[in-house]
Amino acid sequence: MKHKRRERWLGFLILLPSIILLGLFVYGFIAWTGIVSVSKWDGVTPDYSFAGLTWYKGLFTAVGGISHRRFVIDLWNTLFFTIFFLLICVAIGLLLAILLDQKVKAEGIFRTIYLFPMSLSFVVTGVVWQWIFAPGTATRPRGLNALFTQIGLENLTWKWYTSTDSIGPFHVALIPVIIAAAWQLIGYTMAMYLAGLRGIPEELREAARVDGATEVQIYRHVVLPLLSPITLSALIVLGHISLKIFDLVYTMTGKGTGFVTDVPGIFMFETTFRGNHYAQGAAISMVMLFMVALVIVPYLRYSLKREVEL
Amino acid sequence: MSRAFNPTRIAIYLLLILFAAIFLLPVYVMLISSLKTFAEVQDLSRMWSLPSAFNIENFRSAWFGIPEKGLRGLGPNLINSILLTVPATLISSFMGSLNGYILSKWKFRGSEVIFPLMLFGMFIPYQSTLIPLTQTLSAVGLGGTLWGLIIVHIIYGLPITTLIFRNYYAEVPNDLVEAGSIDGAGLLGIYWRIMFPLSLPGFVVVVIWQFTNIWNEFLFAVTILQKPELQPITVALQNLSGSQIKEWNVVMAGALLSALPTLLIYILLGRFFIRGLLAGSVKG
Repeated sequence: MKHKRRERWLGFLILLPSIILLGLFVYGFIAWTGIVSVSKWDGVTPDYSFAGLTWYKGLFTAVGGISHRRFVIDLWNTLFFTIFFLLICVAIGLLLAILLDQKVKAEGIFRTIYLFPMSLSFVVTGVVWQWIFAPGTATRPRGLNALFTQIGLENLTWKWYTSTDSIGPFHVALIPVIIAAAWQLIGYTMAMYLAGLRGIPEELREAARVDGATEVQIYRHVVLPLLSPITLSALIVLGHISLKIFDLVYTMTGKGTGFVTDVPGIFMFETTFRGNHYAQGAAISMVMLFMVALVIVPYLRYSLKREVEL
Repeated sequence: MSRAFNPTRIAIYLLLILFAAIFLLPVYVMLISSLKTFAEVQDLSRMWSLPSAFNIENFRSAWFGIPEKGLRGLGPNLINSILLTVPATLISSFMGSLNGYILSKWKFRGSEVIFPLMLFGMFIPYQSTLIPLTQTLSAVGLGGTLWGLIIVHIIYGLPITTLIFRNYYAEVPNDLVEAGSIDGAGLLGIYWRIMFPLSLPGFVVVVIWQFTNIWNEFLFAVTILQKPELQPITVALQNLSGSQIKEWNVVMAGALLSALPTLLIYILLGRFFIRGLLAGSVKG
């Protein structure tokens, strides 16, 4: 298309406010946070004198400082949270999508039910699942423990998110939080897979059928390989959500006894805005940004490149 | 039909129903607890039972609070959420629509670089902007105000709204723009007369998506707004749930109140919601 030069300038001018605002609020603020993270700002009043990498080192080593071990625990928690959360969402999301793809009756109703948690706030989710998993005491069990006791399954009762037990570096108190997060996002994964399944031309399956393939073989060798780009998208989107998760955990359990359910998002918020340790908070958020960028930047390049090729 | 008695199909339906039950469990919990009296909600042996009577008093308490027990009501906060969400949604959607129009139909040198740089803004952990953000808002006199939060939501909403509209307009044939151009319409004329009327379905998707996200948002709100009377309902619900005396019946009624607007939109306009959802995974 040939446009007059004046019109092109007008287009640029219309885009300009957004460019400036995002430039400042995204890139400018990230740079600013980076500066705070290497400053001596540790109190209500800003202090931008240079402190080097002290705060970063403080996060990983147990030299003095406030809550020195906390960040290492947070990173382990994030790792396990992410792994299990992704596994559950992808496995059950794919299962539900395949089930719904079997020309079932009332598909719309099932789909609506599986997806409705996506329309809720993490705060609401946190409040409700806190009720469900609240353990109560041995004599006065609450939530699921109360239900288990009533139906004679006392041996299934445990301390849920209040448990301080761990298997290696994995805190079992994370399990209820992972379940709540998966409850909210399985539907999203399902919707992505379902859209992918609907995009596979029926002729492909028909051709495989003519060749004598069973339904299971068709899924195994025709459908699933075609869905792998969707799995990648799902892993990236869910992964970056879990790396920066805050509201759900903050509402449902908080940091937990001995930081069993703590995540970097909670640590950053508390140390910065409750404890006024601004430089430390900035250092935590820079590590969070680094982790998310590691996942997102290659993905953005990949999907935009693919789009251009199409 | 023999298909109905096929054991595989029965297993499929059983699995679907089982999962549906698990997904609805929290709704059951919210509903029964929000209808019980305080005495009944305290009876742990009846935690999972239906309420003995329909008691809608809790919704009154959730809205107005229980002043003698020091519980703040969520009513004013729900109104704050509306005052926050409506302008932020409309402005960010409109700006996103203009941006998407330019980025799809009036590409200029460098626009292909600017677009991914804008998109990156929707993935970052917002923690990495919070300290400069609170400092800047205070410096311009918007610290601790609803207007400050509205502006924040408009700006950080731009990447997703721009993305959805850019993909939406990319589907509009260039011939239409060309035809408008031949008729003598300029860039803005083509937008107003051709693209904007065409983009109503796009607006529905974006508005629903932004409304849901901003209504449900917590981190910006809890960081920027300290005064309880200014906070949106997510923050107020978190405070209510974290208060010393936990009146679970009132908390659950409050949770339902907070969830209701987005839940209704989802139930009534679900298919537009899903489109917004899928647009978030970047590819158009």
